[in-house]
Amino acid sequence: MDRSAVRDVIVTLVVSAILIGVMPMLISTYTLTVLIIYGMLGLSLGLIWGFGGILCFGQAAFFGLGAYVYAISAVNVGESTLPMILAVLLTAGFAALLGAMMFYGRLTDVYLGVITLVVTLILFKFINSTAGPQYVIGKARMGGFNGIPGFQTLNVPGDPGAYIWGDAYYYVCAVALIIVYLLVTWLLRSSFGRIAIGIRENETRMALIGYDVAARKTVLFAAGAGIAGLAGALYASWAEIVTPTLFSLGQSAEIIIWCIVGGLGTRLGPIVGAAGLAYLKFLLGQQSMIDNTLIMGLVLVIFVLFLPRGLVPAIGALWQVSVGHKVRRRPARRMRRARNG
Amino acid sequence: MAETVLETSGLTMRFGGVVASDNVNFKLKHRELRCLIGPNGAGKSTFFKCVTGLLTPSDGHVFMRGQDVTGWMPHQVASLGVGIKTQTPNVMDALSVHENIWLAARRFFDPAEARARTGDVIDRLSLGPIARTDLGQLAHGERQRVELGLVIVTDPWLVLLDEPAAGMSAEDVDRMTEIIHDITRSASVVIVEHDMQFIRSIAETVTVFHQGRVLMEDHVDRVMTDETVRRVYLGKKA
Ligand SMILES: Nc1ncnc2c1ncn2[C@@H]1O[C@H](COP(=O)(O)OP(=O)(O)O)[C@@H](O)[C@H]1O
Ligand SMILES: [Mg+2]
Repeated sequence: MDRSAVRDVIVTLVVSAILIGVMPMLISTYTLTVLIIYGMLGLSLGLIWGFGGILCFGQAAFFGLGAYVYAISAVNVGESTLPMILAVLLTAGFAALLGAMMFYGRLTDVYLGVITLVVTLILFKFINSTAGPQYVIGKARMGGFNGIPGFQTLNVPGDPGAYIWGDAYYYVCAVALIIVYLLVTWLLRSSFGRIAIGIRENETRMALIGYDVAARKTVLFAAGAGIAGLAGALYASWAEIVTPTLFSLGQSAEIIIWCIVGGLGTRLGPIVGAAGLAYLKFLLGQQSMIDNTLIMGLVLVIFVLFLPRGLVPAIGALWQVSVGHKVRRRPARRMRRARNG
Repeated sequence: MAETVLETSGLTMRFGGVVASDNVNFKLKHRELRCLIGPNGAGKSTFFKCVTGLLTPSDGHVFMRGQDVTGWMPHQVASLGVGIKTQTPNVMDALSVHENIWLAARRFFDPAEARARTGDVIDRLSLGPIARTDLGQLAHGERQRVELGLVIVTDPWLVLLDEPAAGMSAEDVDRMTEIIHDITRSASVVIVEHDMQFIRSIAETVTVFHQGRVLMEDHVDRVMTDETVRRVYLGKKA
């Protein structure tokens, strides 16, 4: 690892340790947990859209799939470790199949959007229609629009009696997000990540260089879906119930808005956008004067008009302007002082 | 006799009623430098795209070093060791010169080797001062030069360039000529070109396209003085 990578890791760890310690003084850990989970979901789309150029209208489908895989297997296994792993792997596998179909089919961006949207819709409709007693997977009843309640939530691996909940669950989710964030960082610094960004910039050129663009997009797409699946599983364990609304198009649209508002093409932006907007929605939910979808729409419009690159890049630019000046000036002043005496 | 590295037989491409490439039989020998010329719309780029896999020909075959590559995808063709530059610039605008060239090098070499080769090409093409600049901020001639860097960094044995000198200053063209001569030391080269000055300065054998067909194929001097060629092509300018 080179020095900038090491510095990156250290900064990430220090800043997140501070945030993990400070935030519970401001917001309840129960709410923070779901904000973290949404942050992870935002990051999952931020990875494939912001760095891979793949705009997926169905990221909620992967979130929902992860949640359902977790719930169904947790009912059957009665322990949470395997279900967590399955939630990631099966979701990623599903995305790999879907992605291979789309990318090897040389679909244009518009059709890609349409297909991911339709897949989300089909999953939503299908799960909604599984109310009857014939829809059973092992011991788990699908339950249609009522969803699946009462499954095993997160426990200490190997000890189903030792539930991880409350503050402890908050810390687990926070650490999970940090690990995922560092993995994404590593991925983007690797050759694979740099090539993915090249593909985002110019697919034709990358193909003419000799890269199998379809294969690489499929892998990236599956990785993003795997992260969304993990977020879904953590969400299921937090909410203690999964319902088809997880697959709703509204949810997919919100993830896209998180990325735009937070800043596409950054790792932090989608996390900040997700947590920030989800918290805003939570606050708005506590009052009934203004319709909160209206506010969400307004926030999006304001950002698209005034901060089109998103919050994080804007703050970054501001930081560079103010701090960058000082950093450049300070040594000069010090030198002058040294010369004078 | 030298080995044939690129061959097309009966290559035909139809767009609806338009026959953009019409039964083209083409042969390129090892280390040969060949120019394709012809008026606008003659089918040069279409031929080029069929060879590189950007288009799948309606009829006919493409062979590279004897292997039938008809219908291959561009990345498969490139993976054989073929360097390709399309007529419209194809570069990564938001990435630096260094990153652009490194990405090309990385396809065939490990990260360290890719880095070393990228440095070499940057020196060779005098791109040092702009190595960290994003492609989007460069002048047209510089972008063309970077794209050429992408093509040569992997030492391809076959180089296909569609109008590499288009829109370049005289100085840039001179530099391009030098680089192309350099390439021919180890590779076979096909260049689609418009600029007559440029062709005179580099070409030996020239293939003239007209209405999708090969009108003539001969030494550049004889092509330039040929009556038919002058009529269909040069006549317009003279
Ligand atoms: N994708 C396409 N669809 C329909 N017609 C095309 C397409 N590409 C090229 N053509 C037609 O094929 C002919 C040859 O074009 P092209 O190969 O670009 O010529 P050149 O490169 O020699 O200027 C032109 O008449 C052009 O209009
Ligand atoms: Mg052309």
